[in-house]
Amino acid sequence: MSGDTARRYALAILAHALLIVVWYLFVKLGSIPSFVMPSPVETVQSLGGANYHWTANTLVTASEIFGGYILAVLFGIVLAMAFSWSDTAEAAAMPLLVSLNMIPKVALGPLFIVWLSYGIGPNMIIAFSISFFPILLTTARGLREVEPDLLDLVRSLKGSKWQIFAKIQLPGALPYVFSGMKVGAILAVAGAVVGEFLGSSRGLAYLMLQVQVTLDTAAMFMAVILITLIGVVLYGLVLGLERLVVVRDARIA
Amino acid sequence: MAEPFIRVANVRKIYRKRNDAFLAVSDASFDVEAGELVSLVGPSGCGKTTLLKILAGLFDYDGGEVRIGSAAHPFDPSRDIGMVFQQALLLKWRRVLQNVLLPAEILGLPRRESRERARELLALVGLAGFEDKYPYELSGGMQQRAAIARALVHDPKLVLMDEPFGALDALTREKMNIELRSIWQKSRKTIVFVTHGIAEAVFLSTRVVVLTAAPARMADNIVIDLPQPRTLDVKTTEVFGEYMRRIYRLLGME
Repeated sequence: MSGDTARRYALAILAHALLIVVWYLFVKLGSIPSFVMPSPVETVQSLGGANYHWTANTLVTASEIFGGYILAVLFGIVLAMAFSWSDTAEAAAMPLLVSLNMIPKVALGPLFIVWLSYGIGPNMIIAFSISFFPILLTTARGLREVEPDLLDLVRSLKGSKWQIFAKIQLPGALPYVFSGMKVGAILAVAGAVVGEFLGSSRGLAYLMLQVQVTLDTAAMFMAVILITLIGVVLYGLVLGLERLVVVRDARIA
Repeated sequence: MAEPFIRVANVRKIYRKRNDAFLAVSDASFDVEAGELVSLVGPSGCGKTTLLKILAGLFDYDGGEVRIGSAAHPFDPSRDIGMVFQQALLLKWRRVLQNVLLPAEILGLPRRESRERARELLALVGLAGFEDKYPYELSGGMQQRAAIARALVHDPKLVLMDEPFGALDALTREKMNIELRSIWQKSRKTIVFVTHGIAEAVFLSTRVVVLTAAPARMADNIVIDLPQPRTLDVKTTEVFGEYMRRIYRLLGME
C-alpha cells in the first residue's frame, strides 16, 4: 500500500469515527432524551437484549437482500444478452420494460403480499423488482457500445457473431454491468426493508416496527445500523468482484 | 505483363438511404503490385475509406471489378487482411500481447506460434518489454504501434490502414511515418494507406492515388520515385516538393 492510499484510508476511518463522536456529544451535551435519540453507547447496548433476536432477524433481512439481488443480477444480465442477440426482442421488449420501470415498485408491495403471502419470498421479489432494472438497462447499454471499427476488424477476418460477443462485447460491457450492479445493490436493501414494513413477521425492519410501539429508539437505531451493514457488505463484495474482473482503466465510477 | 496483386477497375459505389442516393465512389481504377505501399489521398468525403472497406470485403459495390490475389500471390479473403484504424482500438481489458493476438484467436491459429510471432512483431514495432502492459499505460503513438503489430500477427498478405496516424500529434506522426516505412520494408507486406496528409502520402508511398470529392472520382495515380531509404531529409528536396505541388493542383488547392 502506498503512502497516499494509507492516508486516504486513515482519513475515511477518521471521518466515520468523527461522526460517531459528534453523535455522542450531541446527545450528551444537548441532554436529548434517549427515546428521541439514543447515544451510540445505548444503541450498542441494545444488542444485549435477548428478545430482539438480532442474529435471526439479521439473517432474514440479509437473505431477502442477497436473494433478491442475485436474482436481479442473473435476470438483468441474461435479459440484456438476449436483447443484444435479437434486435426484434429488444425493439419489442425494451420500451415495455422502460414503461414497467416507471411503476413505483414499492407500490406493488401489497400486491406481492396478496399473491405470495407474508415472508422472505415476497420481500425477495420486491428487492428483486426494484434492483433489476438498473442492472438490465446499464448492461444492455454496455453491450451496445461497441466500436464499429472493431466490428469491421473482426468481420474482415470472418469472425463469428459469437466471437464478437465473447471477445469484444461482453468484456467491454463489464464496466457497465458493475455500474448497474452497484446501483442495484443499494436499491435491493431499500426493497427488502419496504417489504418488511408492508407485511412480515421477521427481519430487522419488522423488528423496527415492533419496538417503535414502546419507543425503544435504541433498538431501532441498531436495526438501521445492521441493515446498513448488510448493504455495506453487499456493496463491498460487488466492488471486490469488480476489482478482480475489470481492469482499472475500464472501471466506471 | 503479369497480373497485379490488386485490380480495382471502374468501381462505383452508391449509398442508398430510402429515396436518397449518394454517389460515394464513381469510377475508381487502380492496380497495386504485391509489396507496394499505395496511398489513397483526398479530402473528406472523397470515398477513400469506402474504397478501403470494399477492399476489406466489408462493403458491396455497384459496378466495376475488384480482384485481389494473383497466381504468384494467392489471397484468402477470410484471413489475409490486416486492418489499422485512426484510433488504436486496443481492448482495454487485455494486455498488449493479448491485444496483438486477437486476430490469431479469431482465426484459430496455433497458440504457441502466434505468441512467438506477436512477441517478434512487438519488437519490430519497438514495443519489446511492453508485452504485459495495459493499453492505458501506453502513449498514443505506442498504442498505434501495438495496433500495427495486431494487424500483422496473422501474417496477412494485405494491410489496410485508414488514417492510422491522424489522431497523433505532428511530431509523433512524422516518427511513425519513418517507422512504418521500415516496418513495411521488413515485413514485405502490401499496404493500402488512406490519408488526407499529402506530405505523409508522398513520403510513405510507392504510389499515390489521388481522389477528389463532389463528385467523388479518381483524379490521378502517381508513381513516387524517391530515393531509398527515405529519411526526413527527403521532404526538403525539390522532387518531393514537385510531387506535393502536383497533388495540390489535382485537388484544386493551388
